[in-house]
Amino acid sequence: MIEIQGLTKKYHDFYALNDLTLTINEGVVFGFVGSNGAGKSTAFSILSTLLKPTTGDAFINGKSVKKSPATVRKQIGYMPDFFGVYDQLTVDEYLHFYAASYQLTSKERQQRIPEMLALVNLTHKRYEYVDVLSRGMKQRLCLARAMIHNPSILILDEPASGLDPRARIEMREIIRHLRSFGKTILISSHILPELAEMCDEIGVLDEGKLIAHGNVTAIQQQFAKGTRLAVRVTYGVEEAQQFFERNPLVSNMHISTKDMLLTFDFSGTKIEQTELLREAMLHDLAIISYTQENHNLEDVFMAITEGAKEHDSMV
Amino acid sequence: MIQWYNPVLMKEMKLRFRSFKSFSGLLFYLATLGIFMTGFILVATDFGRISFITPELSYLLFILLSVVQMGLVMFITPGVTAGAISSEREKQTLNMLLTTTQSATQIILGKLLSSIAFIILMLMAGLPIYSIVFLFGGVAPTQVLMTFAYFLLTLVTIGSIGIFFSTITKRTVVSMISTYGAMIFLGAITAFLFLVTFIMVGNGVMINIGKIMMYALATLNPGAVIVSITSPEYNNEFLQFTEFDFPLWASYLIVYSGIALLCLIGAIKRLRVGIKSQR
Repeated sequence: MIEIQGLTKKYHDFYALNDLTLTINEGVVFGFVGSNGAGKSTAFSILSTLLKPTTGDAFINGKSVKKSPATVRKQIGYMPDFFGVYDQLTVDEYLHFYAASYQLTSKERQQRIPEMLALVNLTHKRYEYVDVLSRGMKQRLCLARAMIHNPSILILDEPASGLDPRARIEMREIIRHLRSFGKTILISSHILPELAEMCDEIGVLDEGKLIAHGNVTAIQQQFAKGTRLAVRVTYGVEEAQQFFERNPLVSNMHISTKDMLLTFDFSGTKIEQTELLREAMLHDLAIISYTQENHNLEDVFMAITEGAKEHDSMV
Repeated sequence: MIQWYNPVLMKEMKLRFRSFKSFSGLLFYLATLGIFMTGFILVATDFGRISFITPELSYLLFILLSVVQMGLVMFITPGVTAGAISSEREKQTLNMLLTTTQSATQIILGKLLSSIAFIILMLMAGLPIYSIVFLFGGVAPTQVLMTFAYFLLTLVTIGSIGIFFSTITKRTVVSMISTYGAMIFLGAITAFLFLVTFIMVGNGVMINIGKIMMYALATLNPGAVIVSITSPEYNNEFLQFTEFDFPLWASYLIVYSGIALLCLIGAIKRLRVGIKSQR
Protein backbone atom coordinates (compact mmCIF):
# COMPACT_ATOMS: atom_id res chain seq x y z
CA MET A 1 0.00 0.00 0.00
CA ILE A 2 1.22 3.48 -0.84
CA GLU A 3 0.11 6.55 1.09
CA ILE A 4 1.20 9.91 -0.22
CA GLN A 5 0.56 12.86 2.09
CA GLY A 6 0.97 16.43 0.86
CA LEU A 7 4.06 15.65 -1.16
CA THR A 8 5.66 18.82 -2.48
CA LYS A 9 8.92 19.37 -4.34
CA LYS A 10 9.93 22.94 -4.93
CA TYR A 11 12.91 24.27 -6.89
CA HIS A 12 13.26 27.96 -6.02
CA ASP A 13 9.81 29.30 -6.96
CA PHE A 14 8.88 26.40 -9.25
CA TYR A 15 6.69 23.59 -7.97
CA ALA A 16 7.67 20.30 -9.61
CA LEU A 17 5.12 18.62 -7.37
CA ASN A 18 2.46 20.47 -5.45
CA ASP A 19 0.72 18.95 -2.44
CA LEU A 20 0.19 15.48 -3.87
CA THR A 21 -2.08 13.41 -1.64
CA LEU A 22 -3.08 9.94 -2.72
CA THR A 23 -3.62 6.40 -1.45
CA ILE A 24 -2.94 3.40 -3.66
CA ASN A 25 -4.15 0.10 -2.31
CA GLU A 26 -2.32 -3.19 -2.46
CA GLY A 27 -2.54 -5.05 -5.78
CA VAL A 28 -3.73 -1.99 -7.71
CA VAL A 29 -2.18 -0.99 -11.02
CA PHE A 30 -2.09 2.79 -10.87
CA GLY A 31 -1.27 4.92 -13.88
CA PHE A 32 0.09 8.44 -13.75
CA VAL A 33 -0.99 10.57 -16.69
CA GLY A 34 0.45 13.95 -17.43
CA SER A 35 2.30 15.97 -20.01
CA ASN A 36 6.08 16.49 -19.89
CA GLY A 37 7.04 18.32 -16.71
CA ALA A 38 3.73 17.50 -15.01
CA GLY A 39 5.55 15.95 -12.05
CA LYS A 40 5.29 12.22 -12.77
CA SER A 41 9.01 11.52 -12.68
CA THR A 42 9.46 13.76 -9.63
CA ALA A 43 6.78 11.79 -7.78
CA PHE A 44 8.41 8.50 -8.83
CA SER A 45 11.86 9.73 -7.80
CA ILE A 46 10.58 10.65 -4.34
CA LEU A 47 8.79 7.33 -3.94
CA SER A 48 11.99 5.56 -5.00
CA THR A 49 13.99 7.48 -2.33
CA LEU A 50 16.06 9.18 -5.02
CA LEU A 51 14.80 12.64 -4.21
CA LYS A 52 13.86 14.28 -0.95
CA PRO A 53 10.53 16.10 -0.88
CA THR A 54 10.46 19.74 0.18
CA THR A 55 7.45 19.03 2.37
CA GLY A 56 5.07 16.12 2.90
CA ASP A 57 5.87 12.44 3.07
CA ALA A 58 5.04 9.15 1.41
CA PHE A 59 4.63 5.79 3.10
CA ILE A 60 5.41 2.52 1.37
CA ASN A 61 3.74 -0.29 3.31
CA GLY A 62 3.75 2.03 6.32
CA LYS A 63 7.41 3.05 6.04
CA SER A 64 8.29 6.67 5.41
CA VAL A 65 10.45 7.42 2.37
CA LYS A 66 12.00 10.26 4.34
CA LYS A 67 12.69 8.48 7.60
CA SER A 68 13.25 4.86 6.53
CA PRO A 69 14.59 4.99 2.96
CA ALA A 70 16.67 1.82 3.39
CA THR A 71 13.58 -0.19 4.40
CA VAL A 72 11.57 1.35 1.56
CA ARG A 73 14.22 0.31 -0.98
CA LYS A 74 13.73 -3.34 -0.05
CA GLN A 75 10.06 -3.08 -0.89
CA ILE A 76 10.20 -1.28 -4.21
CA GLY A 77 11.48 -2.11 -7.64
CA TYR A 78 12.22 1.00 -9.68
CA MET A 79 12.58 1.29 -13.43
CA PRO A 80 13.54 4.82 -14.52
CA ASP A 81 12.42 6.45 -17.76
CA PHE A 82 15.99 6.68 -19.03
CA PHE A 83 18.57 4.17 -17.96
CA GLY A 84 21.88 2.70 -18.99
CA VAL A 85 23.28 -0.77 -18.63
CA TYR A 86 26.75 -2.14 -17.99
CA ASP A 87 27.57 -3.20 -21.53
CA GLN A 88 30.56 -5.32 -20.61
CA LEU A 89 28.63 -7.60 -18.27
CA THR A 90 26.64 -10.59 -19.44
CA VAL A 91 22.90 -10.68 -18.74
CA ASP A 92 23.56 -13.23 -15.99
CA GLU A 93 26.31 -11.13 -14.39
CA TYR A 94 24.14 -8.03 -14.62
CA LEU A 95 21.31 -9.66 -12.70
CA HIS A 96 23.76 -11.27 -10.24
CA PHE A 97 25.15 -7.82 -9.47
CA TYR A 98 21.75 -6.32 -8.72
CA ALA A 99 20.60 -9.40 -6.80
CA ALA A 100 23.72 -9.15 -4.64
CA SER A 101 23.06 -5.42 -4.27
CA TYR A 102 19.72 -6.34 -2.71
CA GLN A 103 21.52 -8.74 -0.36
CA LEU A 104 20.16 -11.90 -1.93
CA THR A 105 22.27 -14.93 -0.97
CA SER A 106 24.10 -16.88 -3.64
CA LYS A 107 21.49 -19.66 -3.45
CA GLU A 108 18.62 -17.18 -3.76
CA ARG A 109 20.30 -15.56 -6.74
CA GLN A 110 20.75 -18.89 -8.50
CA GLN A 111 17.05 -19.55 -8.08
CA ARG A 112 15.71 -16.07 -8.80
CA ILE A 113 17.68 -15.17 -11.94
CA PRO A 114 16.33 -17.96 -14.20
CA GLU A 115 12.80 -17.16 -12.96
CA MET A 116 13.14 -13.50 -13.86
CA LEU A 117 14.72 -14.26 -17.23
CA ALA A 118 11.85 -16.61 -18.03
CA LEU A 119 9.34 -13.95 -17.02
CA VAL A 120 10.81 -11.36 -19.36
CA ASN A 121 11.55 -13.93 -22.04
CA LEU A 122 15.33 -13.52 -22.02
CA THR A 123 16.42 -17.01 -20.96
CA HIS A 124 18.12 -17.56 -24.32
CA LYS A 125 20.25 -14.44 -23.80
CA ARG A 126 21.47 -15.33 -20.30
CA TYR A 127 25.16 -15.65 -21.14
CA GLU A 128 25.34 -12.97 -23.80
CA TYR A 129 26.76 -9.52 -23.23
CA VAL A 130 24.21 -6.82 -22.45
CA ASP A 131 25.83 -4.82 -25.24
CA VAL A 132 24.31 -7.02 -27.94
CA LEU A 133 20.72 -6.78 -26.70
CA SER A 134 18.14 -4.75 -28.59
CA ARG A 135 16.45 -1.74 -26.99
CA GLY A 136 13.35 -3.79 -26.18
CA MET A 137 15.44 -6.55 -24.62
CA LYS A 138 17.36 -4.05 -22.51
CA GLN A 139 14.05 -2.61 -21.34
CA ARG A 140 12.88 -6.10 -20.37
CA LEU A 141 16.18 -6.79 -18.66
CA CYS A 142 15.74 -3.60 -16.67
CA LEU A 143 12.30 -4.79 -15.63
CA ALA A 144 13.78 -8.13 -14.54
CA ARG A 145 16.38 -6.17 -12.55
CA ALA A 146 13.67 -4.14 -10.84
CA MET A 147 11.93 -7.35 -9.77
CA ILE A 148 14.99 -9.38 -8.83
CA HIS A 149 14.44 -8.95 -5.08
CA ASN A 150 10.71 -9.70 -5.36
CA PRO A 151 9.44 -6.28 -4.25
CA SER A 152 5.77 -5.82 -3.41
CA ILE A 153 5.66 -2.48 -5.26
CA LEU A 154 6.89 -1.75 -8.77
CA ILE A 155 7.49 1.82 -9.94
CA LEU A 156 7.76 1.91 -13.72
CA ASP A 157 8.48 5.28 -15.28
CA GLU A 158 7.59 5.17 -18.97
CA PRO A 159 8.49 1.49 -19.34
CA ALA A 160 7.51 1.38 -23.01
CA SER A 161 9.10 4.64 -24.13
CA GLY A 162 11.16 4.43 -27.30
CA LEU A 163 10.06 0.90 -28.09
CA ASP A 164 8.75 -0.31 -31.41
CA PRO A 165 5.11 -1.54 -31.48
CA ARG A 166 6.08 -5.21 -31.07
CA ALA A 167 8.38 -4.52 -28.11
CA ARG A 168 5.67 -2.33 -26.59
CA ILE A 169 3.11 -5.08 -26.83
CA GLU A 170 5.59 -7.54 -25.26
CA MET A 171 6.22 -5.12 -22.41
CA ARG A 172 2.49 -4.62 -21.90
CA GLU A 173 1.96 -8.38 -21.74
CA ILE A 174 4.68 -8.72 -19.09
CA ILE A 175 3.11 -5.97 -16.98
CA ARG A 176 -0.28 -7.65 -17.30
CA HIS A 177 1.35 -10.87 -16.15
CA LEU A 178 2.87 -9.09 -13.15
CA ARG A 179 -0.54 -7.83 -12.21
CA SER A 180 -1.64 -11.43 -11.71
CA PHE A 181 1.07 -11.79 -9.02
CA GLY A 182 -0.82 -9.24 -6.92
CA LYS A 183 1.91 -6.61 -7.02
CA THR A 184 1.10 -2.95 -6.63
CA ILE A 185 2.27 -1.27 -9.80
CA LEU A 186 2.75 2.43 -10.41
CA ILE A 187 3.20 3.20 -14.04
CA SER A 188 3.48 6.31 -16.15
CA SER A 189 3.15 6.49 -19.88
CA HIS A 190 2.48 8.94 -22.67
CA ILE A 191 0.55 6.30 -24.55
CA LEU A 192 -2.74 6.87 -22.80
CA PRO A 193 -4.89 4.15 -24.42
CA GLU A 194 -2.25 1.65 -23.24
CA LEU A 195 -2.52 2.97 -19.70
CA ALA A 196 -6.30 2.69 -19.80
CA GLU A 197 -5.94 -0.96 -20.79
CA MET A 198 -3.44 -1.81 -18.07
CA CYS A 199 -4.53 0.27 -15.09
CA ASP A 200 -7.24 -0.10 -12.49
CA GLU A 201 -6.90 3.52 -11.43
CA ILE A 202 -5.33 6.60 -12.88
CA GLY A 203 -4.16 9.94 -11.55
CA VAL A 204 -3.92 13.00 -13.79
CA LEU A 205 -1.04 15.33 -12.98
CA ASP A 206 -0.78 18.82 -14.38
CA GLU A 207 1.90 21.32 -13.42
CA GLY A 208 2.71 19.32 -10.30
CA LYS A 209 -0.88 19.06 -9.10
CA LEU A 210 -3.08 15.99 -9.00
CA ILE A 211 -6.19 17.24 -10.73
CA ALA A 212 -8.15 14.01 -10.94
CA HIS A 213 -7.79 10.44 -9.80
CA GLY A 214 -9.81 7.29 -9.44
CA ASN A 215 -11.14 4.34 -11.36
CA VAL A 216 -10.40 4.60 -15.10
CA THR A 217 -14.04 4.13 -16.23
CA ALA A 218 -15.35 6.49 -13.58
CA ILE A 219 -12.87 9.18 -14.61
CA GLN A 220 -13.79 8.73 -18.25
CA GLN A 221 -17.47 9.15 -17.40
CA GLN A 222 -16.89 12.06 -15.03
CA PHE A 223 -14.79 14.19 -17.33
CA ALA A 224 -16.07 13.29 -20.77
CA LYS A 225 -18.14 16.11 -22.23
CA GLY A 226 -21.38 14.25 -23.01
CA THR A 227 -21.56 11.46 -25.54
CA ARG A 228 -19.19 11.03 -28.42
CA LEU A 229 -21.06 10.29 -31.63
CA ALA A 230 -19.72 9.08 -34.97
CA VAL A 231 -21.85 9.62 -38.07
CA ARG A 232 -20.86 8.23 -41.46
CA VAL A 233 -22.48 9.49 -44.66
CA THR A 234 -22.26 8.24 -48.23
CA TYR A 235 -22.15 11.78 -49.66
CA GLY A 236 -22.73 15.41 -48.56
CA VAL A 237 -20.31 15.52 -45.66
CA GLU A 238 -20.23 19.34 -45.62
CA GLU A 239 -24.02 19.55 -45.58
CA ALA A 240 -24.09 17.08 -42.69
CA GLN A 241 -21.45 19.14 -40.84
CA GLN A 242 -23.52 22.33 -41.22
CA PHE A 243 -26.63 20.53 -40.01
CA PHE A 244 -25.03 19.09 -36.87
CA GLU A 245 -23.09 22.26 -36.00
CA ARG A 246 -26.37 24.23 -35.94
CA ASN A 247 -27.39 22.19 -32.91
CA PRO A 248 -26.25 23.93 -29.68
CA LEU A 249 -25.72 20.55 -27.95
CA VAL A 250 -23.03 19.57 -30.47
CA SER A 251 -19.39 20.49 -29.90
CA ASN A 252 -15.83 19.44 -30.69
CA MET A 253 -16.57 18.41 -34.30
CA HIS A 254 -13.98 16.40 -36.26
CA ILE A 255 -14.42 15.55 -39.92
CA SER A 256 -12.70 12.99 -42.08
CA THR A 257 -13.66 13.71 -45.68
CA LYS A 258 -11.72 10.65 -46.83
CA ASP A 259 -13.80 8.32 -44.64
CA MET A 260 -16.92 10.56 -44.89
CA LEU A 261 -17.01 10.45 -41.11
CA LEU A 262 -18.09 13.09 -38.61
CA THR A 263 -17.30 12.69 -34.90
CA PHE A 264 -18.57 15.11 -32.28
CA ASP A 265 -19.55 15.46 -28.62
CA PHE A 266 -23.27 15.60 -27.86
CA SER A 267 -24.25 16.92 -24.44
CA GLY A 268 -27.99 16.16 -24.66
CA THR A 269 -30.08 13.36 -23.22
CA LYS A 270 -30.88 10.05 -24.91
CA ILE A 271 -34.23 11.45 -26.10
CA GLU A 272 -32.50 14.54 -27.54
CA GLN A 273 -30.07 12.20 -29.27
CA THR A 274 -32.97 10.30 -30.89
CA GLU A 275 -34.49 13.64 -31.92
CA LEU A 276 -31.20 14.70 -33.51
CA LEU A 277 -31.07 11.52 -35.59
CA ARG A 278 -34.72 11.89 -36.60
CA GLU A 279 -34.14 15.50 -37.75
CA ALA A 280 -31.05 14.42 -39.67
CA MET A 281 -33.08 11.83 -41.56
CA LEU A 282 -35.78 14.47 -42.28
CA HIS A 283 -33.05 16.69 -43.80
CA ASP A 284 -32.24 13.90 -46.25
CA LEU A 285 -28.71 13.44 -44.99
CA ALA A 286 -27.23 10.28 -46.52
CA ILE A 287 -26.43 8.62 -43.19
CA ILE A 288 -25.31 4.98 -43.38
CA SER A 289 -24.10 4.57 -39.80
CA TYR A 290 -24.66 6.32 -36.50
CA THR A 291 -22.66 5.04 -33.49
CA GLN A 292 -21.94 6.05 -29.96
CA GLU A 293 -18.22 5.93 -29.07
CA ASN A 294 -16.50 5.78 -25.72
CA HIS A 295 -14.30 8.71 -24.87
CA ASN A 296 -10.71 7.51 -24.82
CA LEU A 297 -8.24 8.51 -22.14
CA GLU A 298 -6.64 11.08 -24.41
CA ASP A 299 -9.92 12.98 -24.71
CA VAL A 300 -10.40 12.78 -20.96
CA PHE A 301 -6.86 13.95 -20.34
CA MET A 302 -7.32 16.91 -22.67
CA ALA A 303 -10.64 17.79 -21.05
CA ILE A 304 -9.22 17.62 -17.53
CA THR A 305 -6.07 19.60 -18.23
CA GLU A 306 -7.99 22.25 -20.22
CA GLY A 307 -10.42 22.53 -17.31
CA ALA A 308 -7.58 23.01 -14.87
CA LYS A 309 -6.01 25.73 -17.02
CA GLU A 310 -9.32 27.58 -17.34
CA HIS A 311 -9.74 27.40 -13.58
CA ASP A 312 -6.20 28.75 -13.02
CA SER A 313 -6.74 31.65 -15.44
CA MET A 314 -10.01 32.61 -13.67
CA VAL A 315 -8.25 32.55 -10.29
CA MET B 1 25.90 -6.95 10.66
CA ILE B 2 28.93 -6.04 8.56
CA GLN B 3 28.61 -7.24 5.02
CA TRP B 4 32.01 -8.13 3.63
CA TYR B 5 30.86 -9.00 0.13
CA ASN B 6 30.77 -5.81 -1.87
CA PRO B 7 28.78 -6.14 -5.13
CA VAL B 8 30.04 -2.81 -6.49
CA LEU B 9 33.64 -3.88 -5.93
CA MET B 10 33.09 -7.20 -7.72
CA LYS B 11 31.25 -5.56 -10.61
CA GLU B 12 33.87 -2.84 -10.98
CA MET B 13 36.70 -5.37 -10.97
CA LYS B 14 35.02 -7.29 -13.78
CA LEU B 15 34.33 -4.18 -15.82
CA ARG B 16 37.76 -2.67 -15.22
CA PHE B 17 39.79 -5.74 -16.00
CA ARG B 18 37.77 -6.44 -19.13
CA SER B 19 38.34 -3.04 -20.65
CA PHE B 20 41.03 -2.31 -23.19
CA LYS B 21 41.73 0.96 -21.37
CA SER B 22 43.07 -0.95 -18.34
CA PHE B 23 45.27 -3.13 -20.49
CA SER B 24 46.66 -0.13 -22.37
CA GLY B 25 47.18 1.76 -19.09
CA LEU B 26 49.21 -1.12 -17.69
CA LEU B 27 51.19 -1.37 -20.90
CA PHE B 28 51.94 2.36 -20.85
CA TYR B 29 53.02 2.20 -17.22
CA LEU B 30 55.35 -0.79 -17.64
CA ALA B 31 56.73 0.57 -20.89
CA THR B 32 57.58 3.88 -19.19
CA LEU B 33 59.31 2.14 -16.30
CA GLY B 34 61.10 -0.25 -18.65
CA ILE B 35 62.34 2.54 -20.94
CA PHE B 36 63.50 4.55 -17.95
CA MET B 37 65.31 1.57 -16.41
CA THR B 38 66.96 0.55 -19.68
CA GLY B 39 68.02 4.13 -20.38
CA PHE B 40 69.52 4.49 -16.93
CA ILE B 41 71.47 1.22 -17.14
CA LEU B 42 72.75 2.11 -20.59
CA VAL B 43 73.94 5.52 -19.42
CA ALA B 44 75.37 4.10 -16.15
CA THR B 45 77.34 1.43 -18.02
CA ASP B 46 78.42 3.90 -20.69
CA PHE B 47 76.42 1.91 -23.28
CA GLY B 48 77.99 -1.40 -22.31
CA ARG B 49 81.60 -0.28 -22.00
CA ILE B 50 81.52 -0.58 -18.18
CA SER B 51 80.47 -3.99 -16.87
CA PHE B 52 79.29 -3.03 -13.37
CA ILE B 53 77.02 -0.60 -11.53
CA THR B 54 78.16 0.76 -8.17
CA PRO B 55 75.82 0.55 -5.11
CA GLU B 56 75.73 4.37 -5.15
CA LEU B 57 74.42 4.36 -8.70
CA SER B 58 71.97 1.61 -7.79
CA TYR B 59 70.75 3.75 -4.90
CA LEU B 60 70.35 6.74 -7.23
CA LEU B 61 68.40 4.49 -9.59
CA PHE B 62 66.12 3.52 -6.71
CA ILE B 63 65.45 7.18 -5.87
CA LEU B 64 64.79 8.12 -9.49
CA LEU B 65 62.61 5.08 -10.05
CA SER B 66 60.59 5.91 -6.92
CA VAL B 67 60.08 9.50 -8.07
CA VAL B 68 59.07 8.36 -11.56
CA GLN B 69 56.67 5.83 -10.05
CA MET B 70 55.22 8.49 -7.76
CA GLY B 71 54.70 10.75 -10.78
CA LEU B 72 52.94 7.95 -12.60
CA VAL B 73 50.74 7.19 -9.59
CA MET B 74 49.81 10.87 -9.36
CA PHE B 75 49.12 10.99 -13.08
CA ILE B 76 47.15 7.76 -13.41
CA THR B 77 45.13 7.68 -10.17
CA PRO B 78 42.92 10.72 -10.95
CA GLY B 79 42.15 9.24 -14.36
CA VAL B 80 41.07 5.98 -12.77
CA THR B 81 39.03 7.40 -9.90
CA ALA B 82 37.66 10.77 -11.03
CA GLY B 83 34.93 9.16 -13.12
CA ALA B 84 33.89 6.60 -10.52
CA ILE B 85 30.49 8.11 -9.68
CA SER B 86 30.07 10.74 -12.39
CA SER B 87 30.44 8.14 -15.14
CA GLU B 88 27.63 6.12 -13.54
CA ARG B 89 25.58 9.31 -13.61
CA GLU B 90 26.48 9.95 -17.26
CA LYS B 91 25.67 6.38 -18.25
CA GLN B 92 22.35 6.68 -16.37
CA THR B 93 23.08 3.70 -14.14
CA LEU B 94 23.46 5.65 -10.90
CA ASN B 95 19.75 5.95 -10.06
CA MET B 96 19.29 2.21 -10.30
CA LEU B 97 22.34 1.65 -8.13
CA LEU B 98 21.03 4.08 -5.52
CA THR B 99 17.64 2.40 -5.27
CA THR B 100 19.28 -0.87 -4.23
CA THR B 101 19.77 -1.62 -0.55
CA GLN B 102 23.50 -1.02 -0.69
CA SER B 103 24.67 1.71 1.65
CA ALA B 104 26.45 4.81 0.37
CA THR B 105 29.57 3.62 2.25
CA GLN B 106 29.50 0.28 0.42
CA ILE B 107 29.16 1.96 -2.96
CA ILE B 108 31.92 4.51 -2.35
CA LEU B 109 34.33 1.99 -0.82
CA GLY B 110 33.59 -0.47 -3.62
CA LYS B 111 34.48 2.18 -6.16
CA LEU B 112 37.63 3.24 -4.30
CA LEU B 113 38.88 -0.29 -3.65
CA SER B 114 38.39 -1.38 -7.25
CA SER B 115 40.36 1.64 -8.48
CA ILE B 116 43.09 1.04 -5.91
CA ALA B 117 43.21 -2.66 -6.77
CA PHE B 118 43.96 -1.75 -10.36
CA ILE B 119 46.76 0.64 -9.41
CA ILE B 120 48.18 -1.88 -6.94
CA LEU B 121 48.22 -4.35 -9.81
CA MET B 122 50.24 -1.80 -11.76
CA LEU B 123 52.68 -1.33 -8.89
CA MET B 124 53.00 -5.09 -8.47
CA ALA B 125 53.49 -5.57 -12.20
CA GLY B 126 56.34 -3.07 -11.96
CA LEU B 127 58.06 -4.95 -9.13
CA PRO B 128 60.29 -7.10 -11.38
CA ILE B 129 61.63 -3.89 -12.94
CA TYR B 130 61.94 -2.29 -9.52
CA SER B 131 63.75 -5.29 -8.06
CA ILE B 132 66.64 -4.78 -10.49
CA VAL B 133 68.03 -2.26 -7.96
CA PHE B 134 68.54 -5.16 -5.52
CA LEU B 135 70.88 -6.84 -7.97
CA PHE B 136 73.44 -4.07 -7.50
CA GLY B 137 72.97 -3.49 -3.73
CA GLY B 138 72.84 -0.16 -1.87
CA VAL B 139 69.12 -0.23 -1.02
CA ALA B 140 67.65 -1.58 2.22
CA PRO B 141 64.47 -3.72 1.93
CA THR B 142 62.83 -1.56 4.62
CA GLN B 143 63.27 1.47 2.36
CA VAL B 144 61.51 -0.33 -0.47
CA LEU B 145 58.69 -1.38 1.88
CA MET B 146 58.34 2.18 3.18
CA THR B 147 58.28 3.48 -0.37
CA PHE B 148 55.48 1.09 -1.26
CA ALA B 149 53.56 2.01 1.90
CA TYR B 150 53.97 5.63 0.82
CA PHE B 151 52.65 4.82 -2.66
CA LEU B 152 49.67 3.06 -1.11
CA LEU B 153 48.79 6.01 1.13
CA THR B 154 49.28 8.49 -1.72
CA LEU B 155 47.09 6.59 -4.11
CA VAL B 156 44.36 6.05 -1.48
CA THR B 157 44.35 9.81 -0.83
CA ILE B 158 44.36 10.81 -4.49
CA GLY B 159 41.72 8.16 -5.14
CA SER B 160 39.55 9.57 -2.36
CA ILE B 161 39.95 13.10 -3.73
CA GLY B 162 38.95 11.79 -7.18
CA ILE B 163 35.91 9.99 -5.82
CA PHE B 164 34.88 13.04 -3.81
CA PHE B 165 34.95 15.28 -6.88
CA SER B 166 33.25 12.57 -8.90
CA THR B 167 30.40 12.51 -6.39
CA ILE B 168 29.87 16.25 -6.13
CA THR B 169 30.19 17.06 -9.82
CA LYS B 170 27.83 15.95 -12.55
CA ARG B 171 30.36 15.51 -15.33
CA THR B 172 33.45 13.33 -15.41
CA VAL B 173 35.44 15.97 -17.27
CA VAL B 174 34.80 18.52 -14.48
CA SER B 175 35.66 15.94 -11.85
CA MET B 176 38.84 15.05 -13.73
CA ILE B 177 39.90 18.71 -14.01
CA SER B 178 39.18 19.28 -10.31
CA THR B 179 41.16 16.21 -9.26
CA TYR B 180 44.13 17.10 -11.46
CA GLY B 181 43.83 20.65 -10.07
CA ALA B 182 44.17 19.23 -6.56
CA MET B 183 47.20 17.20 -7.75
CA ILE B 184 48.80 20.32 -9.19
CA PHE B 185 48.22 22.08 -5.89
CA LEU B 186 49.71 19.24 -3.85
CA GLY B 187 52.57 18.48 -6.23
CA ALA B 188 53.56 21.78 -7.83
CA ILE B 189 52.08 24.74 -5.98
CA THR B 190 53.25 23.50 -2.58
CA ALA B 191 56.74 22.95 -4.08
CA PHE B 192 56.78 26.48 -5.47
CA LEU B 193 55.60 27.98 -2.17
CA PHE B 194 58.20 25.86 -0.37
CA LEU B 195 60.90 27.35 -2.57
CA VAL B 196 59.63 30.91 -2.00
CA THR B 197 59.52 30.33 1.76
CA PHE B 198 63.01 28.78 1.70
CA ILE B 199 64.39 31.86 -0.05
CA MET B 200 62.57 34.13 2.45
CA VAL B 201 63.98 32.24 5.43
CA GLY B 202 67.43 32.23 3.75
CA ASN B 203 67.20 36.02 3.50
CA GLY B 204 66.24 36.26 7.16
CA VAL B 205 62.63 37.29 6.55
CA MET B 206 59.97 35.84 8.92
CA ILE B 207 62.30 33.03 10.00
CA ASN B 208 60.08 31.34 12.61
CA ILE B 209 56.84 31.43 10.63
CA GLY B 210 58.81 30.56 7.50
CA LYS B 211 60.19 27.38 9.09
CA ILE B 212 56.71 26.28 10.18
CA MET B 213 55.42 27.00 6.69
CA MET B 214 58.28 25.05 5.13
CA TYR B 215 57.50 22.02 7.28
CA ALA B 216 53.77 22.30 6.55
CA LEU B 217 54.37 22.64 2.80
CA ALA B 218 56.82 19.73 2.79
CA THR B 219 54.20 17.65 4.61
CA LEU B 220 51.69 18.34 1.86
CA ASN B 221 54.12 17.71 -0.99
CA PRO B 222 54.41 14.07 -2.06
CA GLY B 223 57.76 14.79 -3.75
CA ALA B 224 59.32 16.12 -0.55
CA VAL B 225 58.13 13.08 1.37
CA ILE B 226 59.44 10.54 -1.15
CA VAL B 227 62.84 12.24 -0.96
CA SER B 228 62.72 12.11 2.86
CA ILE B 229 61.95 8.37 2.72
CA THR B 230 64.53 7.43 0.10
CA SER B 231 67.23 9.80 1.42
CA PRO B 232 67.11 9.85 5.23
CA GLU B 233 70.13 12.20 5.34
CA TYR B 234 68.13 14.94 3.56
CA ASN B 235 65.28 14.29 5.95
CA ASN B 236 67.54 14.78 8.97
CA GLU B 237 69.05 17.98 7.56
CA PHE B 238 65.57 19.33 6.82
CA LEU B 239 64.33 18.53 10.33
CA GLN B 240 67.38 20.21 11.85
CA PHE B 241 66.87 23.26 9.65
CA THR B 242 63.18 23.62 10.44
CA GLU B 243 63.73 22.65 14.13
CA PHE B 244 60.94 20.06 14.00
CA ASP B 245 61.41 16.81 15.85
CA PHE B 246 58.75 14.85 14.02
CA PRO B 247 59.52 12.71 10.95
CA LEU B 248 58.10 14.10 7.73
CA TRP B 249 56.66 10.74 6.70
CA ALA B 250 54.70 10.57 9.99
CA SER B 251 53.09 13.99 9.49
CA TYR B 252 52.44 13.03 5.85
CA LEU B 253 50.72 9.87 7.09
CA ILE B 254 48.52 11.89 9.44
CA VAL B 255 47.66 14.67 6.97
CA TYR B 256 47.04 12.43 3.95
CA SER B 257 45.02 9.94 6.01
CA GLY B 258 42.96 12.90 7.23
CA ILE B 259 42.43 14.21 3.67
CA ALA B 260 41.42 10.73 2.47
CA LEU B 261 39.03 10.28 5.38
CA LEU B 262 37.43 13.69 4.90
CA CYS B 263 37.00 13.13 1.16
CA LEU B 264 35.46 9.70 1.70
CA ILE B 265 33.08 10.96 4.38
CA GLY B 266 32.15 13.89 2.11
CA ALA B 267 31.50 11.53 -0.82
CA ILE B 268 29.43 9.16 1.33
CA LYS B 269 27.36 12.04 2.72
CA ARG B 270 26.81 13.60 -0.70
CA LEU B 271 26.09 10.45 -2.71
CA ARG B 272 22.38 10.34 -1.97
CA VAL B 273 21.74 14.08 -1.62
CA GLY B 274 20.25 16.07 -4.48
CA ILE B 275 21.21 13.41 -6.97
CA LYS B 276 18.49 14.28 -9.39
CA SER B 277 18.45 17.93 -10.08
CA GLN B 278 15.65 18.37 -12.54
CA ARG B 279 15.81 22.09 -12.77
